[in-house]
Amino acid sequence: MNKINGAQMLIKCLKDEGVEVIFGYPGGVVIPIYDALFDSDMRHILVRHEQGAAHAADGYARATGKTGVCMATSGPGATNLITGIANAYMDSVPIVAITGQVASPMIGTDAFQEADITGITAPITKHNYLVKDVRDLPEIIKEAFHIASTGRPGPVLIDIPVDVSKAMIEKNTKAKLNLPGYKPTLKGNQKQIKEAAARIYNSSRPVMFAGGGIVSSNASMELRNFIKTAKIPVITSLLGKGCFSEKEKLSLGMAGMHGTKYANIAFTEADLIIGIGVRFDDRVTGKLSEFAKNARIIHIDIDPAEIGKNVNTDTPIVGDAKNVLADLDKAYRELEIKKGKADKKSWHKRIAELKENNPLKYNGKSSRIKPGFVIEKIDELTKGDAIICTEVGQNQMWTAQYYKFTNPRTLISSGGLGTMGFGLPAAIGAKIGMPDKTVIDIAGDGSIQMVSQEFATAVANKIPVKIMLLNNGYLGMVRQWQELFWDKRYSQTCIYNCVDFVKLVEAYGGVGIRVSKKDEVEGAISKALEINNLVLIDFQIDREENVYPMVAPGSSIDNMLESE
Amino acid sequence: MKHIISVMVENKSGVLAKVAGLFSRRGFNIDSLAVGPTDDNAISRITIVVNAENHSIEQITKQLYKLINVIKIQELDPSNIVERELVLIKVSADSKSRPEILEIVNIFRANIVDVGKKTLVLEITGSNRKVKALEDLLKPFGILELVRTGKVACMRG
Repeated sequence: MNKINGAQMLIKCLKDEGVEVIFGYPGGVVIPIYDALFDSDMRHILVRHEQGAAHAADGYARATGKTGVCMATSGPGATNLITGIANAYMDSVPIVAITGQVASPMIGTDAFQEADITGITAPITKHNYLVKDVRDLPEIIKEAFHIASTGRPGPVLIDIPVDVSKAMIEKNTKAKLNLPGYKPTLKGNQKQIKEAAARIYNSSRPVMFAGGGIVSSNASMELRNFIKTAKIPVITSLLGKGCFSEKEKLSLGMAGMHGTKYANIAFTEADLIIGIGVRFDDRVTGKLSEFAKNARIIHIDIDPAEIGKNVNTDTPIVGDAKNVLADLDKAYRELEIKKGKADKKSWHKRIAELKENNPLKYNGKSSRIKPGFVIEKIDELTKGDAIICTEVGQNQMWTAQYYKFTNPRTLISSGGLGTMGFGLPAAIGAKIGMPDKTVIDIAGDGSIQMVSQEFATAVANKIPVKIMLLNNGYLGMVRQWQELFWDKRYSQTCIYNCVDFVKLVEAYGGVGIRVSKKDEVEGAISKALEINNLVLIDFQIDREENVYPMVAPGSSIDNMLESE
Repeated sequence: MKHIISVMVENKSGVLAKVAGLFSRRGFNIDSLAVGPTDDNAISRITIVVNAENHSIEQITKQLYKLINVIKIQELDPSNIVERELVLIKVSADSKSRPEILEIVNIFRANIVDVGKKTLVLEITGSNRKVKALEDLLKPFGILELVRTGKVACMRG
């Protein structure tokens, strides 16, 4: 008999699933797994905090479309993964998290470093497993990867007690999927698709609302084809950015709280909204009762629970965006053959006019460094071809506004959970997955301090990500709300001059550049892009610049605050 | 409104907690819950009675379907089902009150399953109303314990 232990079986199964890299951090009960890794050619990236491992796996998954893997020990190692797992769950990102657990007989005794991680993560995982018998391990791993990556993707956690890692198992144990309750609907209902096509054909002011579901289903091409056929203006959610080029005439960018004014007006004037792979999240809809009052709604999603959750749907279609869009295109063409081209010219004219009259703007004449200017320069100097990660807050919204995304999987941002400290570890993961791409983290001085320990991960593993730090000495988004809605009472949001970020990154062996003048911006970015190391540019931006336009919380989306 | 939901799940540890957790996380109180294996030992049936708005039930059913171990969900229409609940009642009974209690028990076609010196344990199955009526009649004697299995139900026909 040819036997190996559970830990070796784990690594073998991960290889069988095509895993190239694990982001992780060792600890007591995962020593057997790390021991098995020691003999294996599996790549492991040692992070400096387990949260970084989960975010890196997430960034890797979003950049590549493959399933990301992170690993931590029991107890605090596992609980440190939680923010990263919750983040992946909210944004439907396929990751598999592997945690060690105390030995089976010790479970439930409050043993050293014990935490009930399957209990804790039940609400934030698509599924989770506690492995009780080493013989179940191959099947569990196979199922975990299948569940994480199919249907509506999401995180799956596998909790492995240390005795299971050490127990012996026949090397050639076969695994098969045994999931009688799991059958995602991929193909849309043809009758509903025909109805949707007819609604689109007969509408006079249709808007496509494209979300992250299109990115995860790799349906950008199908979306672009359909838009070519039906000539519908496209609004995206934050996570949908890049699925349709923002340089196209029919692109209206992002809608919602910090969306473009023209997108929000288009939603309000539309008589039909076709939502695909979107959740109609509150940051997009604003006051729900006022949202798109004139519009019928077609909602296409792979998750039936999303349909009808926030908005009433006239034509629901459950299915995979890639399939449904291809079928919708076909159905629409058939209609056009029968009835002739639909005339949407006056709507196109209105859209062009809205875009013309309501551009995004910042004060370009100011001698101070405006964040919008920095991001436009990053866009220009990377030729729009970089992978852009963001932290959360003003930096994220400015990025969404001023970088013109042209391809899917080029914006990696924490949408649903809004996790500060996501960007840098996600950038590290993205760069590992896409080594030939320039990977940039657009950061704020608040967020970056939540994960600055990962500078060490980047430098030690030679992962040359670039951090563009929009430093205003504030927790800027909260400060903006305090300014606008709380009488400028800046409670606990001023963090001015706390850290010398240039010295900090240099202490880790990276390169720091400080930019305090507008005319240095371009040179600094160009220089950073040429250095093959971790680089941080500390842009001393205009401190009290706000993100505009803005929909006040609780307002309808056509009611926007704007800069002077 | 009261809803009876019948959920077929894989008979694995942790599944019941996941199903029940979905209800509690949305602020619903489960009125009753009964669980046991079906004719296939690998599959269990959970029967849940819960008070909720129609819209919330629709959303919760969709969320239940998302649990990997959930195989099938049926919302049972109360007008077209057979439903049963078994209740054990331990009631104070001395030699004086015993005959009177036995008479009530007979009328309700309940069964005596244990006789003690100072207590009787009886079992009854049936609708809520029937159980409630018996409970009311036994109350004056002193109900010491009342244990319900939770409702199980089956579509007619």
